[in-house]
Amino acid sequence: MNFKTLRKKNIGLLLILPWWIGFGVFKLYPFVSSLIYSFNDYNLFHSASFIGLGNYKKILGDKLIMKAFVQTFKYAFITVPLELSFALFIAYILNFKIKGVKFFRTAYYIPSILGGSVSIAVLWRFLFKAEGLVNMIAGKFGILPFNWLGNSEGAFWVIVLLRIWQFGSPMVIFLAALKGVSLELYEAASIDGAGKLRQLFNITIPLITPVIFYNFVTQLCNKFQEFNGPFIVTQGGPLRSTTLVSLLVYNNAFKSYEMGMASAIAWLLFLIIMTLTAILFISQKHWVYYSDEDGR
Amino acid sequence: MTREIRYRLDTVFRYAILLFVGIIMVYPLFWMVGASFMTNSQIFSSVGFIPKDPTLSGYVKGYAGYEGMTLLYFMINTFKFVIPKVIFTVLSATVTAYGFARFNFGGKRFSFIVLLSTLFLPQVVLNVPQYILFDQLGWLDSYLPLIVPSMFAGDTYFVYMQIQFLRGIPKELEEAAEIDGCGIMQRLWYIIVPMLKPTIASCALFQFMWASNDFMGPLIYVNTVAKYPVSIFLRMSMDADVGFEWNRVLAMSLIAIIPSLVVFFAAQDSFVDGIAAGGVKG
Repeated sequence: MNFKTLRKKNIGLLLILPWWIGFGVFKLYPFVSSLIYSFNDYNLFHSASFIGLGNYKKILGDKLIMKAFVQTFKYAFITVPLELSFALFIAYILNFKIKGVKFFRTAYYIPSILGGSVSIAVLWRFLFKAEGLVNMIAGKFGILPFNWLGNSEGAFWVIVLLRIWQFGSPMVIFLAALKGVSLELYEAASIDGAGKLRQLFNITIPLITPVIFYNFVTQLCNKFQEFNGPFIVTQGGPLRSTTLVSLLVYNNAFKSYEMGMASAIAWLLFLIIMTLTAILFISQKHWVYYSDEDGR
Repeated sequence: MTREIRYRLDTVFRYAILLFVGIIMVYPLFWMVGASFMTNSQIFSSVGFIPKDPTLSGYVKGYAGYEGMTLLYFMINTFKFVIPKVIFTVLSATVTAYGFARFNFGGKRFSFIVLLSTLFLPQVVLNVPQYILFDQLGWLDSYLPLIVPSMFAGDTYFVYMQIQFLRGIPKELEEAAEIDGCGIMQRLWYIIVPMLKPTIASCALFQFMWASNDFMGPLIYVNTVAKYPVSIFLRMSMDADVGFEWNRVLAMSLIAIIPSLVVFFAAQDSFVDGIAAGGVKG
């Protein structure tokens, strides 16, 4: 092998080397160490001592921690389906020959682009105050004011609504996918006498299942790690109804500096997310339709 | 009912839904703008968003900031890590994607699988050990923990986006350039980068938004008020406000999202294309 081919063989490796270094230092090393921490009783200001599964046993025996896991499940499995069906519904309507698609798309997308910011969390707290805008509008329709943030069910729904309001990115993805469905299929179906609704369920939805799958996986991963909403808007309360797992990790790690415990909780969450993702990937062959060998 | 009428009814119905949803989506934002000009007593007394006797007091007090540091000061703090982060992300993601998309090397398949798997690696498992690592490096209370990982293509999503795009570009031009004696970096700079412009733009835009909205990063790593980015400062002011100066908090929140809004409106189509491309291909 002469010098030129040797160089040619390795230049690609050289180009991606920085990424490998970053991966090792900022991803792999932390990933492995958090697993190790999770088997230790490790407070940042004391030395660590190995306690095996001690942290995990404590988690399973702790009602408050288990409540955080239950609330997180509830939160993710309520928010994601609502958000995605709403996103799909709006994308479906926008896909008809609508004048001003761009205008509507923008209006629907702005909340998503600003969604992660603290400003929006501030706004949300104002909207759902007992004397806030939501109750004022409800009052116009004769609905009695509801203490959203002071009630555990209410506070939970305030966060859910905040995220449903930000359905913009999955909607944009759905819209792009709907545009990709060939018009001939619809024409053929109308000739065969299929109505709009049947076309939707028998053509459109099956053809965009890859995108539904993609949105579902990514949104579920996001929602299981929800932090900003509960941290800023409801501060985990009332009665810990919005203390989701990430918030618990944060409190353990950066308020009480129990790094071992925080890592164990994070790892448990990680295992749950991975299991769900794996289940979804396996379930793909029963409901996700790939038009050619292009599928993953 | 004839077809014609039915079609018209459907159309009217569709617009009605779109309009109704649109109002729900945007009204809170309009209200926020209006309310920031209202007096505190008016904010919670009317549903409308047009202030009765507009006042700038919220803006004046909000801009004053905290102990001599104006709101602008905190916004500049945000840019101090957002701008380097955007630049480094674009550079490192492009180079890494170039390596993946245009060269063959041992372990490429394995590297790519690792790259893809990091897309699914939840940040929540990494927070604690990363904090300890940055503590040991002496980087706490600086912007380094926010900036340095981006030098190493830390946000793999962008690498993936670039790879997907590069795969769609024919290699002929580069091959011709190679024959003409263009080196690897010259080809990257003179041929790849110009063609990648749209993707590079959407990488930069998304990273700008994500980095400026990032809350947890600065919350964990930065703990001196003088170094707070605007997001953390906002949250501090909100908590300190026990209940009177509502227009001030709203005005501050609004000023804080102006840069993001300006960037969004300047480059809307790039955003939408970026999301659609990433999603459909991903």
